[in-house]
Amino acid sequence: MRRLVTDTLIIAERNLVRLPRSPDLLLAFTVQPIMFLLLFRYVFGGAIDTGGIPYVEFLVPGIVVQNIAFGGFVTALGLNEDVHKGLIDRFRSLPMARPAVLGGRTLADVATNLLSMTVLIVTGLAIGFAFHASALDIVGGMALLLGFGYAFSWVFALVGLLVSSPESANSIGFIAIFPLTFISSAFVPVSSMPPVLQAFAKVNPFTIVVDAMRALWIGTPSGNYVWEAVLWSLAILAVFAPLAVARYRRATIG
Amino acid sequence: MLDAEQAITVRGLVKSYGEVRALAGVDLDVARGTVLGLLGPNGAGKTTVVRVLTTLLKPDAGTATVAGLDVVRDAAQLRQRIGLAGQYAAVDENLTGLENLTMVGRLYGASRRVAKRRGEELLVRFDLVQAGGRPTKTYSGGLRRRLDLAAALVANPPVLFLDEPTTGLDPRSRLSLWETIEGLVADGTTVLLTTQYLDEADRLADSITVIDHGLVIAQGTSDELKDRVGGERLEIRLDDPADAEAAVRALAPMADDLPKAQGVIVGAGVHRRNGVIVEAVRRLSDEGVGVDDITLRRPTLDDVFLALTGHAAEETEDRDEAAA
Repeated sequence: MRRLVTDTLIIAERNLVRLPRSPDLLLAFTVQPIMFLLLFRYVFGGAIDTGGIPYVEFLVPGIVVQNIAFGGFVTALGLNEDVHKGLIDRFRSLPMARPAVLGGRTLADVATNLLSMTVLIVTGLAIGFAFHASALDIVGGMALLLGFGYAFSWVFALVGLLVSSPESANSIGFIAIFPLTFISSAFVPVSSMPPVLQAFAKVNPFTIVVDAMRALWIGTPSGNYVWEAVLWSLAILAVFAPLAVARYRRATIG
Repeated sequence: MLDAEQAITVRGLVKSYGEVRALAGVDLDVARGTVLGLLGPNGAGKTTVVRVLTTLLKPDAGTATVAGLDVVRDAAQLRQRIGLAGQYAAVDENLTGLENLTMVGRLYGASRRVAKRRGEELLVRFDLVQAGGRPTKTYSGGLRRRLDLAAALVANPPVLFLDEPTTGLDPRSRLSLWETIEGLVADGTTVLLTTQYLDEADRLADSITVIDHGLVIAQGTSDELKDRVGGERLEIRLDDPADAEAAVRALAPMADDLPKAQGVIVGAGVHRRNGVIVEAVRRLSDEGVGVDDITLRRPTLDDVFLALTGHAAEETEDRDEAAA
């Protein structure tokens, strides 16, 4: 168990050390979220009726959740690259804790997600967003967001190990992320969608997490969203972490 | 019983990937402190052997012990005692050379300080001190392989696996890597080396095992294998490849085995030196075969390979080594 912790931290460190050295990655974690935020706020925002809530306040809790989904993406790409370059073989031939390579990778995602989230909140505050919540709720929202992101990183870890190339990781990622994040309450009220999409959006975990974030950050009615979001995060983690670790044990250069 | 003199013992190793039988019952013995060259074309099963012996893959049947430990039952312990350097130079491109070595050392369980000191020692030993502070994505192929090899040696493993260590390297880097490997062996490390280059096996290996289609087809020292082909090799370069069949016919009566033709080259084993060239030229001209060049030489491992497998080592169709 001590081995698992130290090895996980070593791998997390490895994944974070590279960040300042890859300007493209750093852009993906900072400039890209800002771009999305500005686009929605100023291009689409005026046309979206959010029923009395200023769009920027509606948008920020949604866009931080969407961004979390992109954060895990780097895990899928990075793991796939590790498999192809033989680095996974080296790790598997070392006397290290088996789940540490994935655990370290997903842990590093928490740090990058924290970075993106901070960038988004600061930009959001600069363009008119304001929290309507207690400090405890604000921090609770951040924790919920990072927890959900952590669980979702394990989904991407599995994707990265399953697909044959970084290109297919890329396309599978986009095919999954766009419907999940756009057919949700992240950018528009679900009630404005056609019935079929509404049905999907209502059960979509992204909707539940976004609604939980809004409840915590801008004080919209909370219902059971927060607990449901926590449960979703735990369920995703419970299903995908073992699947990814099992897959890792068998991963080969392919 | 455990034989203390054997670093690697493999019996009846079988591994299939779906329909493809990568290993069909391989036996191997490597004495401590020696180098075994595992020789074979792409897809022969070399990489599969290495993957099983380094605990990356479970065999379907058979047993394998490395450094006295069973590769399946004692996998976790065994990982403490082996080093692996692969054909894919497995280093993190975004880390520096030293950071790579330090990370590997820590994953072996060393503290950051100890791992870093060990990394610095290895940089000196592998002549990587200058490059050690740069991210490895700036490294040349040769530098990267050296670092990969250094990473395999972080824990001073008694048994080292090198999977095609010089594939894709320029001749100079290749030579320098060979010298490094020779140095390791001199220090007592047991090495299992896979290669498709015969000159590499010839130079580095104490004994050679030839595998093809997942089966061992020959075993012995380089000299023993060459002796199996016969005393001398007669090699004729024809003016016209269309004459190959006539040349084979002309040379058959004087050769030990059936002469083999490949393009414009016809080769045959002969037992004596005296008068061989004169006789060959006479026979060929009787058949009206034009000769561009004719030589008589000791057999090389290439000849061995051709004789054993019916095809040359490096010219086989590229089957899927990734699956093997």
